[in-house]
Amino acid sequence: MDLGVRIGSLELKNPVMTASGTFGYGEEYAEFLDLSSLGAVVVKGLSLLPKEGNPPPRIVETASGMLNAIGLQNIGIERFVEEKIPFLRTYDTKVIVNFFGDSIDEYVAAAERLSSVEGIHALEMNISCPNKQAGWCIFGTDPRVTTQVVGAVRKATKLPLIVKLSPNVTDISLMARVAVDAGADALSVINTLTGMVIDIRTRKPKLANRTGGLSGPAIKPVAVRMVYEVFKAVKVPVIGMGGIMHADDAIEFLLAGATAVAVGTANFVNPRATIDILDGIMTYMKDEKVEDINLLRGAAHAI
Amino acid sequence: MPEPRPGQFFMIEVNKGTDPLLKRAFSLFRKTENGLQILYRVRGKGTEILKEMKEGSVIEVLGPLGTCYPLPSGDVVPLVIAGGIGIASVFSFIEQLARRAIVFYGARTKNDLLMHDELKGFAKEILVSTDDGSAGQKGTIADSLSAFLSIPQSPISNYRMYACGPHLLLKAVSEIAKEYKIPSYISMEEHMACGIGACLGCVVKTRDGYTRVCKEGPVFEAKELIW
Repeated sequence: MDLGVRIGSLELKNPVMTASGTFGYGEEYAEFLDLSSLGAVVVKGLSLLPKEGNPPPRIVETASGMLNAIGLQNIGIERFVEEKIPFLRTYDTKVIVNFFGDSIDEYVAAAERLSSVEGIHALEMNISCPNKQAGWCIFGTDPRVTTQVVGAVRKATKLPLIVKLSPNVTDISLMARVAVDAGADALSVINTLTGMVIDIRTRKPKLANRTGGLSGPAIKPVAVRMVYEVFKAVKVPVIGMGGIMHADDAIEFLLAGATAVAVGTANFVNPRATIDILDGIMTYMKDEKVEDINLLRGAAHAI
Repeated sequence: MPEPRPGQFFMIEVNKGTDPLLKRAFSLFRKTENGLQILYRVRGKGTEILKEMKEGSVIEVLGPLGTCYPLPSGDVVPLVIAGGIGIASVFSFIEQLARRAIVFYGARTKNDLLMHDELKGFAKEILVSTDDGSAGQKGTIADSLSAFLSIPQSPISNYRMYACGPHLLLKAVSEIAKEYKIPSYISMEEHMACGIGACLGCVVKTRDGYTRVCKEGPVFEAKELIW
């Protein structure tokens, strides 16, 4: 049975990855599973300088999902390189670093710094954060800004560049084409959907940040639809994510057109979710007599 | 499973479906020979489901997790402070202290004072207060704590405080700890998703910035916390 997939020049031993922000820096999960059994570990989003994040409450549970407004709290790239990379390098898996900035210059500086580090195999750009230079608009919702920021980062790194798309747009295919034209080697689809929960007793939003990103099984049909559309719109590999709890969910994403899948919120519910999903995918392939995982990709598009 | 210590917690699955989605954090109440006990108040969807659970049901439990109340040396007089359901977290600590603890236990009414009788066997002394005066002193735990410390039985430097309960109580205890310079340990609570340090959802403000309740806590030194 062949489980290997390619994300641009990056070869993964299997299609199961972790979604950024749900797997810490990897070490948090090392006591629950062997990181070497994963296709890739995608670490918590990093910025050039450490970031404190939002005040609590930062999370609230919703029907079959949760909202989070962590505020991109992270230890900064230098501490990550010094303290976390040596540990990650002891595992036989691909390390993908998610990163962001609040200006194009910061994105570029972060990408340059990360590209000089041994043990980082690819970069994933978070473009769902505000651009301080341009009046706080979101990088990933304005096609012109997306073109600029992805184009600038493309020039700054030779590593495979994955752009993580925001679903909070009218036309995800347009954003996919824009990111690919600007130099993305692959796309992660999707980031969280912006939402709000209001406490009817206090009459105030439950999150201190007021809004947060919705994740979990509640968003899966939206994510599958978006992967399906993006697969039709571009030629580069798509990494599907959004509410994957079990192998069946992951397989839906593959059939919609994903080359690989990322497990997010499920890690919070079950620290071994990634491994269980990988096992389930193999069982499905055996049952369905699928020899090569790549044969599943986009099968739902066949007429 | 490692031996759980008082103050630590467990993430407990309440159902196999997706709603509610997340495991729930519960303090270790007591460790018995063949199991763990948790003590909870029915407060939402998760605890409603737990309440209906039948004997013999199988659920996933993750733990023990987080920090514990540090066991004080022999010359220390431990003051253990429990507000409402906060008793769940300190109960086994009081038990561990084997009749050394002076317990300040408060709740809204007499009926909310769970496990009060059981506590009598393990505590040196229990000072009860209720909001409505239906048991013990009428007023807050912080009031009775302040009154106690204003006429101390032992040198103040011998005291250590350990507290779990509502946010306002913990804040008041921290202030009292600062005023009397009493080293104190506070068990904090925040919305939690993973319980293992990954999601960064359950942070509280400390001198190190936003710090995880599930990993660096739930029991923090009072002097670390910023209110």
